[in-house]
Amino acid sequence: MSIIKAETHPLDDYLRTERLPHVWCPGCGIGTVLGAYLRAMKNVGLDSEKSIMVSGIGCTGRTAGYVRMDSFHTTHGRAIPFAVGLKAARPELNVTVFSGDGDLFAIGGNHIIHAARRNANITVIAINNFTYGMTGGQLAPTTPETGITTTSPYGNVESPFNLAGLIAVAGASYVARWTSLHVRRLEKSLEKALKKRGFSFVEVLSQCPTAYGRRNGMRDPVDTLKYFQKYAVVKNHVNPLEGVIEPNKPFILGEFVDAPEEATFEDKLWELTKSEFLHTSQAERSEWIIEHRRHLEILSRIISGRGEDNEQS
Amino acid sequence: MSKDILVGDHFLSGDVAAAEGAIAAGCRFFAGYPITPSSEVAERMARRLPEVGGIFIQMEDELGSMAALLGASWGGKKAMTATSGPGFSLMMENYGLGMMTETPAVIVDVQRGGPSTGLPTLLGQGDVMQARWGSHGPYQAIALTPESPQECFNLTIRAFNLAEKYRQPVVVLMDESLGHLFERVTIPPREEIEITDRKILKDKNRDIYEADEDLIPPMPPVGEGFGIHVTGLTHDERGYPSINAETQERMIRRINDKISKHAPEIIDYEEFMTDDADVIVVAYGITARSARRAVIMAREKGIKAGLFRFKVIWPFPSERLEELSDREFVVAEVNNGQALVEVERAIRKRAIFVGKMGGEPHRPEEILKGIEEALK
Ligand SMILES: Cc1ncc(C[n+]2csc(CCOP(=O)(O)OP(=O)(O)O)c2C)c(N)n1
Ligand code: SF4
Ligand SMILES: [Mg+2]
Repeated sequence: MSIIKAETHPLDDYLRTERLPHVWCPGCGIGTVLGAYLRAMKNVGLDSEKSIMVSGIGCTGRTAGYVRMDSFHTTHGRAIPFAVGLKAARPELNVTVFSGDGDLFAIGGNHIIHAARRNANITVIAINNFTYGMTGGQLAPTTPETGITTTSPYGNVESPFNLAGLIAVAGASYVARWTSLHVRRLEKSLEKALKKRGFSFVEVLSQCPTAYGRRNGMRDPVDTLKYFQKYAVVKNHVNPLEGVIEPNKPFILGEFVDAPEEATFEDKLWELTKSEFLHTSQAERSEWIIEHRRHLEILSRIISGRGEDNEQS
Repeated sequence: MSKDILVGDHFLSGDVAAAEGAIAAGCRFFAGYPITPSSEVAERMARRLPEVGGIFIQMEDELGSMAALLGASWGGKKAMTATSGPGFSLMMENYGLGMMTETPAVIVDVQRGGPSTGLPTLLGQGDVMQARWGSHGPYQAIALTPESPQECFNLTIRAFNLAEKYRQPVVVLMDESLGHLFERVTIPPREEIEITDRKILKDKNRDIYEADEDLIPPMPPVGEGFGIHVTGLTHDERGYPSINAETQERMIRRINDKISKHAPEIIDYEEFMTDDADVIVVAYGITARSARRAVIMAREKGIKAGLFRFKVIWPFPSERLEELSDREFVVAEVNNGQALVEVERAIRKRAIFVGKMGGEPHRPEEILKGIEEALK
């Protein structure tokens, strides 16, 4: 068999090609998602010099090491607070967190709900491969019930988080879920997430043939994609609380929340530093705060599927 | 009058003085989580930072606080947090990331009695070794130990200067008594305050972790097309992961050497009546105040006693202590013997230890007793 080596790739400008080959296994879904992300960046014309990627630890966390932009590979679970600090310090930069389900929702779970609550103006891409890939396939807070992992050898007895539902309720401005199979729609959704001012969150279900698929009847990467094809139901703007994922049952993909843009966390932090704000009465300051408050009642209507933009679906 | 440097005489607590020192040093970012007895630092920063164009964030915990600090520091801000033992324990994770990625930051740790929740409102000095070794792996700590609100101001400025110069987190080790002690603090005019800023990398073609002769690499800016990669994994000069013993030896030795080779410039201590002393009391922070009194009481009794007080406890002034090792030694601290280990290592013999588990400062008489015992 001869190996055909492509000389160039349309995304080369966005990649640290000198670092290739990457660490990911053949058939892993992370590269597919990264490709969609970089195309989305290109499509919306994001200046890569003004863009930052922050990752935590894990297979997905390695992504920061391959993108040609300022990038930070932080500690396990702390990508979000690192990004929150950086974005607050430098609000003109585009900050994306690209990390795994375990990183963002187990060890980092507290940070992500608070970043959503604050409406920090960052984009978070969570690759949900149902497991801790990097450490060999242990139980994650996203492992479906009955899932076999190295630390749930008799089948997972816990129930997983519904990530989209959790983040929607925490107050994110944009929430969507796709899979590594639904690449085109993922790309469009990432474009929206990148453009959105406010906390945007895109969950991407993805195959980990090596550490998860292998133990759960999906040894071939394509098996997981076939599973996605069989059970995924694309439906926009349904109540994200319905986004529960159960083994061998249909699950919902799509855009769950696309809320009207509001003042971001950083807008407010920087407003505090303006002398017009500081040198006024507390009554006027409170007025400004109320004027720029988050409209969580609108968000909750959107979440419960009664929002005006519910028609879009 | 300028907003950032409140020139003049003030009556401030140690906590508030540390906050003012930070602002005078150019700190424009604070992320923290409230904890007694350090909360007054955060409260002062919450009020003061917006006035000087800075950002204050109360984070969800200390894990996040430390991470946010490093993010803001890479964003170009001088960044600080304040905490106490339980929070300091949580910060150890990204204290290490700061060492590994060479990120300037300042942690004010207002120590309280421990272990665990311990004595929230009462003093301890039990975080000395944690500041030195609390995060895993080889690194060199820098920690300062003020003894008065004035020094909380001065040494917090110095902590920023050291953090910026050597590119690593620096700890200001205070304690509850000091944090809550009110005294006069003189804030000098700007011209009299020495400020050090980090070296900035200008050449986009240079590897970001290629050090200058002083072993410190200039820090690249973000958002300016450098395309930097920064990782907590062992990395080569380009900043790329390089998981092998050779890189570990080269890079980690350098981040250790950059401190140990400059230790003489970093180290700072006070000697009080040590010239002719037969017995030297070693103490720091609030304990040094009791020790100073004990030394005077001893002198009144005709005992030639002296005080050796750390202003910088890490790096440790071993060489000077070794020079003094023909004297007898007493070590007083509010823990079960932390600086003691290092003192005995430096003087190569045992010292009389006057330790307390925490909750109250030493009475001078307790230390005086140790002085007398040392001469027996
Ligand atoms: C504090 C800490 N605990 C544990 C680990 C070990 N560890 C590394 S990656 C990882 C899980 C990663 O899972 P996930 O975020 O889902 O990423 P994936 O590898 O699946 O992409 C763990 C537990 C670590 N690096 N740091
Ligand atoms: S272990 Fe799984 S997630 Fe990690 S690279 Fe391999 S396939 Fe991908
Ligand atoms: Mg995972």
